[in-house]
Amino acid sequence: MKASLRLVIKMKVKALSLTYIVWMAIFTLVPMLLVLVFAFTDKTWSFTVENIINVGYYSNIFLRSIGLGALSTAICLLLGYPLAYIIAKVPAKRQGIVVMLIMLPMWMNFLLRTYAWMTILENNGLLNKVLSFLGVSQPVSFINTSGAVVLGMVYNFLPYMILPIYSAISKIDKKIIEAAQDLGAGRRKVFFKVLLPLSLPGVISGVTMVFVPAVSTFIISKMLGGGAHILVGDLIEMQFLGSTYNPHLGSAISFVLMILIFISIGIMNQFDDSDELSVPAAYR
Amino acid sequence: MKSLVNSKSKLISKLYMWLIFFFLYAPLVVLIVFSFNESKSRNIWTGFSLKWYAKLFADKEILRALFNTIIVAVVASFLATVIGTVACFGILKMRRWAKRSVMNVNNLPIVNPEIVTGVSLMLLFVFVYKNLGIFRPGIVTLIFAHTTFCLPYVVLSVLPKLRQISPYLYEAAQDLGCTPARAFFKVILPDIFPGIVTGFIMAFTLSLDDFVISYFTSGATQTLPIAIYSMTRKIVSPEINALSTILFAVVLLLLIAINLRQIKDEGKNRN
Repeated sequence: MKASLRLVIKMKVKALSLTYIVWMAIFTLVPMLLVLVFAFTDKTWSFTVENIINVGYYSNIFLRSIGLGALSTAICLLLGYPLAYIIAKVPAKRQGIVVMLIMLPMWMNFLLRTYAWMTILENNGLLNKVLSFLGVSQPVSFINTSGAVVLGMVYNFLPYMILPIYSAISKIDKKIIEAAQDLGAGRRKVFFKVLLPLSLPGVISGVTMVFVPAVSTFIISKMLGGGAHILVGDLIEMQFLGSTYNPHLGSAISFVLMILIFISIGIMNQFDDSDELSVPAAYR
Repeated sequence: MKSLVNSKSKLISKLYMWLIFFFLYAPLVVLIVFSFNESKSRNIWTGFSLKWYAKLFADKEILRALFNTIIVAVVASFLATVIGTVACFGILKMRRWAKRSVMNVNNLPIVNPEIVTGVSLMLLFVFVYKNLGIFRPGIVTLIFAHTTFCLPYVVLSVLPKLRQISPYLYEAAQDLGCTPARAFFKVILPDIFPGIVTGFIMAFTLSLDDFVISYFTSGATQTLPIAIYSMTRKIVSPEINALSTILFAVVLLLLIAINLRQIKDEGKNRN
C-alpha cells in the first residue's frame, strides 16, 4: 500500500515537467522540424535538394557574414581581454560598479544603440561635424560601409566578450600567478602559460556570444551598411518578410546557417573541457 | 623604480578603461542629449525643449505598442516562470540520459541564432493559422514565442538552486509534523525563491527587449522594439530619442533594484 503511494508521488513529480516538455516540443522541436521540412521540399511539398543547392549561389554572402563576424569577434577579443583583466584587478569594492557600467549600455534597446551610431556616422552627422571643425573640408563617408557594420557589431557585442572573460579571470587563484612569478616566469610567460589557459573558458564563451549574433544579424547591416552589402541575416529576412518571399529557400539558408554555427561552437568547445552552459553573466 | 613602473601601468590601465567607457557611452549620451533638442535636427543643438516627450505621449501608435510590449512581457514571463519552475522538480528526478536530452533541448533556443528561432516559430504559426485557422499571428503568438525563449533561462536559474537543497530537509519537516504542502511552502520554496525571482526578472527583461523573434512572429501587431524599428526606417523624429531616454531611465532603475536585492541576498547568506 505504502509502496504504491510512493510510486504515485514519484510519478506525480515526473508529471510536473510534463507541461514544460510538451511546450518545448511544440515550440522548439516542431518548429525546427518545420525548418527541415521546408528546406527539403518545394512549393508542392515534394522532396527536393534544390533549395540546399541554391544556397550555394549565396556563398559569397555567407563568406562576407562569416568574415565580418570573425573580424568583429577578433576586435572584441583584442579590446575586451585587456579590459577584463584590468577590471579583475580593480579593488573588489568597486568591481561590481565597473561591471555594472559595462552592462548598462546593453540594457538600452539594441535598435536604439545602433540608431545612435547612425546619427553619429552619417554624412552630416556628428563625426563629420567634428572633422570639419578640425579642418577636413570634404565629409568622409563612414556610414554604408563594411567598416560601419563592423563598428556596429563591436559596439553592440563588446560587453558579451568582456563579461565572461572577466568572470573567468576573477576566479583564478592569485597564488597560482604568484607561484609562477616566484618560480621565475616573466610577464609574458605568466600570461601565455598561466593566465591565458586558465581564462580560456571565458574566452571561448565570449567568442561564441559575440560570433553567433554577429554572423546572423540583419539589423546592423541594414542600418549601418545601407543594405548595399547584405549579410546572411538579411538574406533570410528577405525570404520570409521581404520582397522575395520564399520560405523554402529561407529555411534552407537558415538550416545551413544553423549547421555552420553548431559546427563552429563544436570546434570552439574542443578547447574547453567544461561543457556547462550557465546563466549569462549579465544576470548573475 | 618599480613603483614608478607600477604607477605608469596603472595610469595606462585607467586610461584604457575610460577610453572603452567613452566608446560605450558616447552614442547613448548623444541620443539622450538630442532628445531635449528644440529642433528636429539630430545633430544641431538649437535649445532645450521637452516637446518631443510631449509628442511621444500623444503618439497613439507608440502607446499602443508600449501596451502590447508590457502585456506580452508580463504574461510570457509569468508563464515561463511558473512552467519552468515546476518543471525543475521533475527534471531533477529524471534519469541521467533523460535529463541530458531535456537540457539539450532547453539550451537550443539559447545557442541557436535568434533569427533562426524567429523564422522557425513563424513557420509554425503560419502553418497552424493556414491549416487550422487558429492563433492568427498577433499578440497570442507573441506570447507563445516569448514564453518559449524565456523558459530556458528560468530553468537555468532555478535548477541549480533546487539542486543545492538537501532532500532530507523536506522529509525532516514532514517528520516534525508538517503536511507535504506546508513543508513545501515553508522549506523548499524560500530556498529556491531567489532563483525564481532572478529567472522572472531575466524573462521579463528579455521579453521587453526582444526584437528579432517578435519581428517574425507578431503578424501586424506592434511591440515597442518593432515600432522603433519602423521609426528608424522612416524619416526619424526625435521622439525616438525621447523614448530611448525614458526606457534607459526605467532600465537603470530596474538594474539598481536588482543590485540592491543581490546585496541584500549576499548579506543574508553571510549571516
